[in-house]
Amino acid sequence: MAHAIASWQDTPMFSRVPGAVASLEGVSKSYGEICALQNLSFSLGVGQVLALLGPNGAGKTTAVKLLLGLIQPDSGKARVFGADPTNPRSRMRAGAMLQVGRVPETLRVREHIELFSSYYFAPLPVREVLSVAGLEKVADRKFGDLSGGQRQRTLFALAICGDPDLLFLDEPTVGLDVEARRALWDGIRQLVERGKSVLLTTHYLQEADALADRIAVINQGSIIAEGTPAEIKAQTGGKKIRCETSIDLTTLLRIPGVIDARQNREAVEIKAREAELVVRTLLARDPSLSGLEITSAGLEEAFLALVQDNNEAHAAV
Amino acid sequence: MSTVAAVLSNAHIERSASHTVAIYIKEAKYEFLKSIRLRVYTLSVIGFPLMFYVLFGLVLNAKESFGGTSVPTYLIATYGTFGVMGASLFGTASGLAADRGLGWLQVKRASPMPPFAYFFAKVILSMIYSAAVVALLLVLGISFGGVHLSILEMTKLVAILLAGSLPFSAMGLAIGYFAGPNSAPAVINLFYLPLSFCSGLWIPYMFLPKLVRQVALGLPPYHLAQLALGTVGAGRHEPSLTHWEVLFAFTLICFGIARIGFQRDQGKLYG
Repeated sequence: MAHAIASWQDTPMFSRVPGAVASLEGVSKSYGEICALQNLSFSLGVGQVLALLGPNGAGKTTAVKLLLGLIQPDSGKARVFGADPTNPRSRMRAGAMLQVGRVPETLRVREHIELFSSYYFAPLPVREVLSVAGLEKVADRKFGDLSGGQRQRTLFALAICGDPDLLFLDEPTVGLDVEARRALWDGIRQLVERGKSVLLTTHYLQEADALADRIAVINQGSIIAEGTPAEIKAQTGGKKIRCETSIDLTTLLRIPGVIDARQNREAVEIKAREAELVVRTLLARDPSLSGLEITSAGLEEAFLALVQDNNEAHAAV
Repeated sequence: MSTVAAVLSNAHIERSASHTVAIYIKEAKYEFLKSIRLRVYTLSVIGFPLMFYVLFGLVLNAKESFGGTSVPTYLIATYGTFGVMGASLFGTASGLAADRGLGWLQVKRASPMPPFAYFFAKVILSMIYSAAVVALLLVLGISFGGVHLSILEMTKLVAILLAGSLPFSAMGLAIGYFAGPNSAPAVINLFYLPLSFCSGLWIPYMFLPKLVRQVALGLPPYHLAQLALGTVGAGRHEPSLTHWEVLFAFTLICFGIARIGFQRDQGKLYG
């Protein structure tokens, strides 16, 4: 099993892999005049976690809905388990956690799970679903009496209760506090350990970084970058230097090695290829410099840079 | 690679017929539990027609009669129709509009739930509430209105009104597919109340203005009410086949509209 997965992860993911669990191939979708997806292709391999990362309105939810068979592409194909997503057999092996505005509030958590479990061929025992989703304490409470975090965990429970081989999670931790988010991540990791494949959409970069084997960055309906979290971060390399200094911004920008400088309340944030050169210059010029921090440009920087470049390219066209 | 092939194979997935039936029943069970726990909804859907009946049939006019049928008896048929129509419209349309508009229906559709189980559950719910309204009207009428109906007449009345919940459930599905989640109750009432008045469900048919009486002949609730009145001996002696034909045609038209809504429903989520 491990050998098969290792060789899988070595293959370039976004070629048209015939053995993909889920794929979109050259898909376009418009809502009236709004073009949601343009000639989009990606695929998810067995046992992988793929994160679709993008700003709001990028087309992530549309991509998930296409793979769930809730909408049809204008062109191109959506495939799940090698078949059309509307095939009932595909649905019996998949679970989905979508963003919803309404869930029947007078049904209890346990009742919701029992009903959804009944749709599946070989569901997990309700007890286990409650445990993985962290809902044991509120199993008999009505949905309307749950907190925000508990509601999200219930939706997560509905996605996993059928023991699906493929899991779709659309912005699973929106609106959750830090503790609840971590708890949900743990639940997701438990499933991945059991060999499930996961397609996750999110605009939380930390979440993509924490959970995904591979990330596809999506903006305005197209994929603008793809790779492992490390590869994405490497696309915009460099360091971030933060300090409180009396040197003004215009002078800072002229220091050799500085790519960009920005005021952030009492401190300045400087982007540089190599931190050492810039820091040496700063310390020499400003002995009163304080609060010095040097960090790697994280996924956030990479992501913002990619999206910004992409938006500028769009605007220029 | 064989592991991958095994994961990708769908061949072993099959749902037996008994499993499917079990899902339908479970769906209906939870739809019922969901609704009965909404106390305000339950009380108003069932209570509203009862209230009208008590006021117009038991408190006022209790000793009067229309052409041989006592008022309390006559009004069981008409308010029974009114109650069944309301239970069916509200049991289907508002839930469907809200589920569609706020994304819950999408969650259900993305799951392996057989799509018709959802509609089946709503239709069954409408029938249960309809049965409750008619049964309570009979209890009130017999206990306080001096209504005398044989077991056969009562059975026929209940059966006809229950069958009559289907056309209005179909109508509810049609409305539910085109109304938005917030406007659904208003849209339902926009149809429900004028239709009820013009079909002679409140003011009996013979007291309606002439023009309205002519309009009524084309309205489905009029025809259901006439069938119900027929069982208590107060119908207008029209051939019942006509009434059934109108109701049947109406049901088909509504299902057709609902189906158009079902197919066009590809993601508009507000309104």
